[in-house]
Amino acid sequence: MPDIHDEDSYERHPKPGVDRLDFAGEQGMAVEQETLVEPDVVKREQARSLWGDAWRDLRRRPIFLISVLLIVLLVLMAIFPWAFTDANPRKADLVHDYLKRPDWTDFFGAGWFGYDAQGRSIYARVVYGARASITVGIVVTVGVTLLGGLTGMVAGYFGGAVDAVISRIIDIFFGIPLLLGALVLLNGFASRTVWAVVFALVVLGWTQIARVMRGAVLTVKQSDYVVAGRALGAGTGRLMFRHILPNAVAPVIVVATIALGGYIATEATLSFLGIGLQEPTISWGIDISSAQKVIRTAPYVMFFPAAALSITVLAFIMMGDAVRDALDPKLR
Amino acid sequence: MGTAAQTTERERGAPYEGPLLDVRDLHVEFVTRDGVAKAVNGVNYSVSAGETLAVLGESGSGKSVTAQAIMGILDMPPARIPRGEIRFRGQDMLKMGKEERRRIRGGRIAMIFQDALSSLNPVLSVGFQLSEMFRAHRGASRKEAKAKAVELMDRVRIPAAKDRVNDYPHQFSGGMRQRIMIAMALALEPDLIIADEPTTALDVTVQAQVMDLLAELQAEFHMGLILITHDLGVVADVADKIAVMYAGRIVETAPVHDLYARPAHPYTRGLLDSIPRLDQKGQELYAIKGLPPNLLRIPPGCAFNPRCPRAQDVCRAEVPELFPVTEEDGTPQEGRGSACFFWKETLHDR
Repeated sequence: MPDIHDEDSYERHPKPGVDRLDFAGEQGMAVEQETLVEPDVVKREQARSLWGDAWRDLRRRPIFLISVLLIVLLVLMAIFPWAFTDANPRKADLVHDYLKRPDWTDFFGAGWFGYDAQGRSIYARVVYGARASITVGIVVTVGVTLLGGLTGMVAGYFGGAVDAVISRIIDIFFGIPLLLGALVLLNGFASRTVWAVVFALVVLGWTQIARVMRGAVLTVKQSDYVVAGRALGAGTGRLMFRHILPNAVAPVIVVATIALGGYIATEATLSFLGIGLQEPTISWGIDISSAQKVIRTAPYVMFFPAAALSITVLAFIMMGDAVRDALDPKLR
Repeated sequence: MGTAAQTTERERGAPYEGPLLDVRDLHVEFVTRDGVAKAVNGVNYSVSAGETLAVLGESGSGKSVTAQAIMGILDMPPARIPRGEIRFRGQDMLKMGKEERRRIRGGRIAMIFQDALSSLNPVLSVGFQLSEMFRAHRGASRKEAKAKAVELMDRVRIPAAKDRVNDYPHQFSGGMRQRIMIAMALALEPDLIIADEPTTALDVTVQAQVMDLLAELQAEFHMGLILITHDLGVVADVADKIAVMYAGRIVETAPVHDLYARPAHPYTRGLLDSIPRLDQKGQELYAIKGLPPNLLRIPPGCAFNPRCPRAQDVCRAEVPELFPVTEEDGTPQEGRGSACFFWKETLHDR
């Protein structure tokens, strides 16, 4: 086998010697495949797992690196917003700051992106708004992955009646339109906090993951190594979590990372429509919504939160795409 | 091997007199959309400690299904076992609870599969999978189990076992992978190993090495071995006795050399005649005419009758039982039986 550094050159210029060896193998001739004494390999190539391979692949992708950089920045912004701005996002000075235009000389200052119709610093609100979006995105993704992953796994593994019941439940939830469902669910909450929105999105979103997981488990369950594991005495739990899960989780991770951006966009949509987050929570969706009233006179009031939202969603979707390419090259 | 020997004593308990595994009148059916496929129709065989039984048959003869029934890894439904007993050291496994059976699987009876690449989990290192045997069955710690895994890999002669323990299945050659499967089966020093076509996926040169290894380890641990194969060449050297299966029944049983020298069933005869031989170079190779029967519609009488050169009316009407095979003068031949009305003619014909 050519060592790892040779792989590329081998692709371009097939080595006749190596090819001949393969040919001999097809003919069923004695091939030095089964040498009992390992030839003195100078440095053995590192053992590589699926995840190790994926990581090597990802590290070399500029899109992945850029999106991860952006995400790290956004997450830091969500956790430590005060590190990015001194301004108070809730301070409203209508006398001095009403719809003040962006001041580029006030670099990273309160007036950098201008002020909104209530005299609040847009820059501060963009920074503080990251928390709601990132929290919703990440917590919803974790929630749907756990809930959907577990139900999909149970349905796929046990099959039969269990599968039939779970699949019908999935179908029912799948049939609920997202916005309508969220409207109904969120109306039931006295105050619509981040957690209420998370709850609504998890309840309406887990079916996607459940379907992917169920399909993956059904495929993996048929494989010989699961039968072999059973034949060597592995119990249900061990089979499910040690043998099936690691082989079935890749498509779930792919779907979940791509969906993360979607959840952030959905939160903003709900907030924009007035059925998501409420003041005093600071959210890009709410700010975009209130900026509508002044869009003709002061378009920058809408531009900055909208740009922040777009960049965030884009970063997560780009990362999801890169992860998908690395974990499942067939989908590329 | 002090510790290994101790665990063996403890696990195996008192030595058991009589056959280790005794399959009696086993029937297995599969419920399909087109009807009930009778895959196994009354199989009887037994294996004692230290003995090797080869189960020979074409695809669809029920040899693998029997093995899966013994292991308890048939998917039920669609499979069902309407009748029969599978006695392991005297206890009928079909009547055991789920948990009791699970402990026997892997611990007391282990199985080696045909295709080691697909039978090993691709995302786990071989060392992890080997050590799982100790962790699942013996509750060993991670470190202990890993050390034992290396020891096992050494024992099945994988070179540089210590360096390769963290490698993944795809990094091994076919023969090495099969060695790892053997190591997994051997891990807990079971009483019985079922090897389902262990060498079919391997190169001819490697086949012999793997078979030798298996035979050697079997002798070392005094295990029973059931070797399922369609390859007459593989079994000749290692098996003690052979059971030939056709359409879910055993049609002939015999000690290995008797069977090769003087088959007593036309089907066995046909199988032996279909082996290419050097002294027949240039002649047309013999093939049993026709195809194995559809298990949904097994022909009445002897299942082999439509393909049999000796078939008479009686073969189409009655199902032959396994007749004891005797010499011409009537002295019984040890361990021989043939499910053919004309076994005498077949036996003495040549």
